[in-house]
Amino acid sequence: MAEFTMPSLGADMDEGTLQEWLVRPGEPVRKGDPVAVVETAKSTIEVECFETGTMGELLVEPGTTVPVGTPLALIEPTGERPEEPEKPRGTEGDETGRPLRPPPPTSAPPEPQRVPVPVPPDAPVHGPTGTGPLLRHLAERSGVDLENLRGSGPGGRVTRSDVEEATAAAGAVAQPSRVRSTPLARRLAAELDVDPATVTGTGRDGAVRAADVRKAARGTATAAPRPRRSAPPVRPAEERGASMRQAIAGLMTRANRDIPHYYLSTTIDMAAAMSWLHEHNRRSAVAERLLPAALLLKAAARAAREVPELNGFWTDDHFTAGDGVHLGVAVSLRGGGLVAPVLHDADTLALPQLMTALKDVVSRARTGRLRGSEVSGSTLTVTNLGDQGVETVFGLIHPPQVALVGFGRISDRPWAVDGLLGVRPVVTATLSADHRATDGAVGARYLTAVERLLQKPEES
Amino acid sequence: MAGDGRPEERGTTYRQAMREALREALRSDDRVFLMGEDVGRYGGCFGVSLGLLEEFGPARVRDTPLSESGFVGAGIGAALAGMRPVVEVMTVNFSLLALDQILNNAATLLHMSGGQLPVPLVIRMTTGAGRQLGAQHSHSLEGWYAHIPGLRVLAPATVEDARHMLAPALADPDPVLIFEHVTLYNASGEIAPSTAPVDLDHAVTRRPGTDISLITYGGSLPKALAAADELATEGIDAEVIDLRTLRPLDDAAVTASVARTHRAVVIDEAWRTGSLAAEISARIAEEAFYELDAPVERVCSAEVPIPYARRLEEAALPQTADIVAAAHRTVG
Repeated sequence: MAEFTMPSLGADMDEGTLQEWLVRPGEPVRKGDPVAVVETAKSTIEVECFETGTMGELLVEPGTTVPVGTPLALIEPTGERPEEPEKPRGTEGDETGRPLRPPPPTSAPPEPQRVPVPVPPDAPVHGPTGTGPLLRHLAERSGVDLENLRGSGPGGRVTRSDVEEATAAAGAVAQPSRVRSTPLARRLAAELDVDPATVTGTGRDGAVRAADVRKAARGTATAAPRPRRSAPPVRPAEERGASMRQAIAGLMTRANRDIPHYYLSTTIDMAAAMSWLHEHNRRSAVAERLLPAALLLKAAARAAREVPELNGFWTDDHFTAGDGVHLGVAVSLRGGGLVAPVLHDADTLALPQLMTALKDVVSRARTGRLRGSEVSGSTLTVTNLGDQGVETVFGLIHPPQVALVGFGRISDRPWAVDGLLGVRPVVTATLSADHRATDGAVGARYLTAVERLLQKPEES
Repeated sequence: MAGDGRPEERGTTYRQAMREALREALRSDDRVFLMGEDVGRYGGCFGVSLGLLEEFGPARVRDTPLSESGFVGAGIGAALAGMRPVVEVMTVNFSLLALDQILNNAATLLHMSGGQLPVPLVIRMTTGAGRQLGAQHSHSLEGWYAHIPGLRVLAPATVEDARHMLAPALADPDPVLIFEHVTLYNASGEIAPSTAPVDLDHAVTRRPGTDISLITYGGSLPKALAAADELATEGIDAEVIDLRTLRPLDDAAVTASVARTHRAVVIDEAWRTGSLAAEISARIAEEAFYELDAPVERVCSAEVPIPYARRLEEAALPQTADIVAAAHRTVG
């Protein structure tokens, strides 16, 4: 029997309030599934479990505040199931490198009892590899997730009957994955935060049109906020804001008291990066376009790999290097305050993936639904205040990290290139670093690397 | 007809407006001359140049043999030599005999000579159906010409545009094709006494509206306007865009209109397959996809050689009722 405990979701967290259970006793859970919602001083976070098995007794009632480390529930690990391959972090990704999307908690189907043909552990046994267009089409039409389907064909291949079985198993609840709607309606739905699947379409063949979305948006605006599955005790917003303020105050006081900061700054010519970005975006669909922030974050992450002395933690009077570049990204919240969700292994993410991950964590940070693994474990934090219009960031390090990178606004400036004066887009990059861990020369190496990487955007 | 010192008549027909534009061009520039089949003694197949031979003489209003390739080629030569010829081709169907001259010479010479040999030629021709002239005189092939880089293609749809598009066309250093729809010649309208030169780069909104964009040109404009009137009685406020210039297309005007109305019906008397209507639909999909609240509709001619029999001809062409029906499908 394993214990599921109140996790520490950041150096500044001492206690958390259990808000909601996402699974009931007796339900199967898999490593990486979100099982509970915990409210910290900073935000509301979905916490994943680290065991595969069956949910046992729930030890803590929703609404209770407990210190970090307190057992919250018991989990009965599954004995007969083959161990899942070890993964560094629950949500990092599956074998194909795609982000692992846990099924929605309440509709999680029981694990199929049928164990497929034994397959050597190194061979990928499921996933879309080897599935043809017909299977992908069938799966998409019936809302079956090919990634999570175990194949019964030779070598564990997914066959047509596997897909049909899964469709039958999902039964009537399976919705066609794509809602028929006009492009304008789809755009409006995103802007007005309406789920097109919940809107009745009045267009041709039941297509959702702009007017339908507007009507639905009016409906939700007047009604109470969308009800949750259970009504968890939510602290009033002011109280939560105040406690977030307190948490930030505590952490930053510690940073300023304990960390001897040194500061470096350099101004970087962004002409190559911006023209590459412009060209990339011109050729890309709207959803695939990149923001300059993606290039800056990527450069910051790759430079941290080159200068590992700045990527890690100062604890117990010594430096421990991070096990990868996990970039914290400071996100200011609309009601005030900030959180720094993590982009894990940001140095290895391709730009489109990085952009997707960034959009995802920023939007969920602002709606207050981050997962535990997404707010802890960052090895270096980046503050990008360019969109707020400032030129230079003088940041405070997020303990126990040893550095913070700041980017200001990208703006056009007179700039000397090859002996001529021209107008170039430039950005000021700053580094706040912990003098206990590194000296100025290391910091200088870091900023130089950032600058060099931004000159070759095509390689990022 | 307007004589010396007499003010130009204000209420006039499309045919008279075109003639007045030619007269003004012949008067104001010695380099301008008119040539084509029956443009002189007969006064033009559609009566556009009636009286111009008497007024300007046979050197400047020239009847030619029935050889489109020959006289269009002569026009290109004259333009290269510094003249400003206006060549009339009887119908767009017959212009195919001169297609080689237009595509391989007029449209290319500036580019193949490194900018040394502009061809400032204007070719006027009739297009379209509706007057029971049979398949060989009734097709709408202007879209084929709008495909060709190096040409500018105009489709004056109103009396005022008939009057005022010729001067800027002659001033253009490139070959300009003017398509006059056969059903428009008898249309009458008012011409403002002093109009600024027509701008050949922009489409124009003939009727503003908020619910749907009817995008058209040339002979289909009156039908689109009639459809808009009919839709207005049902409370549907249609915007009517007259493309005016078929090459280069004014994408921005089309996109801006669709951004206002979120629905588009394209009306084009040519056949649907590979048509200008297809091009415009594609550009809307490319440039205004996220504005669309309904699939783009097209109203085009039936894919048959245009029939002679009146009922069949009417049935083959886009009609006001078809435009209204397409608008209904779109607004839903």
